[in-house]
Amino acid sequence: MSALRILVPIKRVIDYAVCVNWAFYGLMVKPRVNKAQTGVETAGVKHSMNPFDELSIEESVRIREKKTAPGGVEDICVISAGPPKAQDVLRTAMAMGADRAIHVEVKEGDDLEPLAVAKMLRAAVDKEKSNLVILGKQSIDDDAAQTGQMLAGLLGWPQATQASQVKFGEGDSVLVTKEVDGGVETVKAKLPMVITTDLRLNEPRYASLPNIMKAKKKPLLKMSLSDLGVANERRLKIVKVIEPAPRQGGGKVEDVDGLISKLKELGAL
Amino acid sequence: MFSVAARRTALRATSALPPANSVFSSSSALRRLLSSLAILEQRDGKLNHGSLSAITAAQKLGGTIHGFVAGEGIKAVAEEAAKVAGVEKIIAVDNAAYEKGLAENYAPLLVENIKKGGYTHIIAGHTAFGKNLMPRVAALLDSQQISDITAIESENTFVRPIYAGNAIATVESSDAIKFITIRGTAFAAAEVAGGSAMVEDGVDPKGELTSEWVSEDLAKSDRPDLATASKVVSGGRGLKSKEEFDRVMLTLADSLGAAVGASRAAVDSGYADNSLQVGQTGKVVAPQLYMAVGISGAIQHLAGMKDSKVIAAINKDGDAPIFQVADVGLVGDLFEKVPELTEKLKSA
Repeated sequence: MSALRILVPIKRVIDYAVCVNWAFYGLMVKPRVNKAQTGVETAGVKHSMNPFDELSIEESVRIREKKTAPGGVEDICVISAGPPKAQDVLRTAMAMGADRAIHVEVKEGDDLEPLAVAKMLRAAVDKEKSNLVILGKQSIDDDAAQTGQMLAGLLGWPQATQASQVKFGEGDSVLVTKEVDGGVETVKAKLPMVITTDLRLNEPRYASLPNIMKAKKKPLLKMSLSDLGVANERRLKIVKVIEPAPRQGGGKVEDVDGLISKLKELGAL
Repeated sequence: MFSVAARRTALRATSALPPANSVFSSSSALRRLLSSLAILEQRDGKLNHGSLSAITAAQKLGGTIHGFVAGEGIKAVAEEAAKVAGVEKIIAVDNAAYEKGLAENYAPLLVENIKKGGYTHIIAGHTAFGKNLMPRVAALLDSQQISDITAIESENTFVRPIYAGNAIATVESSDAIKFITIRGTAFAAAEVAGGSAMVEDGVDPKGELTSEWVSEDLAKSDRPDLATASKVVSGGRGLKSKEEFDRVMLTLADSLGAAVGASRAAVDSGYADNSLQVGQTGKVVAPQLYMAVGISGAIQHLAGMKDSKVIAAINKDGDAPIFQVADVGLVGDLFEKVPELTEKLKSA
């Protein structure tokens, strides 16, 4: 089996939960639409790595540590397109165990659409001779859920989306269990391939302080979109962004009988 | 091979075409050139009625509507879909290779049929199937897909929630072919009545399979389907264990005839199956009644249920954010209140 050269695309997004662990439902950062109605207010808002991307890194590092791939892991490279601050999430990824990072610098506010990211990643895959790309199933800002599938299409590689388990077999074969509507489905494909991660895949580790220090010395290569032969061509124009109509709570009732009669009054029972 | 009715439909369509010069003269002529392909889902020779939402979206766009279905032994599925009013043609590709909807061969299949049909809009549900397949097809045709839309403003302008539903974006596409996945709860499934579309064999590129379907494990339940149920009861971390979740929530669901959902915390803790998760990364539901039990109401969860008609909440924490959106809230211990509610609903 070929040694794995894993490419892990990651994205810096607005942090939803103040606590990194999503299971803790405490203080939340609620995105606010900006005054010009062109997008969501990002200035001064805490950002972090897209939670699904943490799962991608964790899985890559586990494949190496647990030696689950017969050919071993030769390289884990993380890549992110974004403003200079995107380097923060790349360093976090390296602190979690990625070997090196590529930062494709894009001006603040010049967000790339999934198709452009997929084209950029196709070029990166060629350059880095990757044979496995692990991405998050969606980013929690745009909620598009497209990039991995688009990349697989552009490369002509097999894809396994919403993975909850990844197993390696003989002869470059990979067995992936996917989350689908109503349960799970298992598919088999051969490297090279694209996998997108779902929440049940693993539980990402926290970067330890010594590893955070070590990550500062790991290589971070800066590039531009044109280095990868890609232009930021936008196909979708944002006409406006608004806040959804707020939902007003209807108050509380004293007991179960009150609950039932209120539900009857509202026509829900 | 076509029925008389189908041939008539085809002739009508031909005669309705505008004269060639008018194409350039007005936008209404352009509208007439709009043609949509609705991707329909099937399994084991049975049409997934939820996927008929794609036809509803196509009806809102206007223009001609074709449906697409592929798989093994799908004649009956195609004929059933042909009965949806307003659909001109169902394109069917009968080949076991497409039965499991593997994107690697289903995408090139769609590409060929889209090229042949010259469609302007390709519409599928934002389901596991649609999410897996559509971006791959869009990329092959160099189009930037618009995901999970909740409304159509015009043939190139669409509305979609972003940031877990905390913002609503209106976007305008400049792509020649618009790929759209739709939120099922925002477009009711088209009815199988009143139509007589013709069924036509699609192009089958018979490509090589690069991936293989191995197995599946789908939850079997007699309860209504979560995504389309009119009532949903949903449990959270407050249920404390899988045994308690099953004991408390399943009996409540049965007393209401409701589907069962769960918060991510409940799923992560192993109380409920992942397929029951309601929220940004799970299912989006919009039932008549959504009853949240032991759920605090994190925004990721609210993203999946805040369009419900009536929201009820039972939680022991009176300050839980769920009470800010609930139409009716009851503060109390769910292990006491829910069994009482179940009993009272049963005896009512």
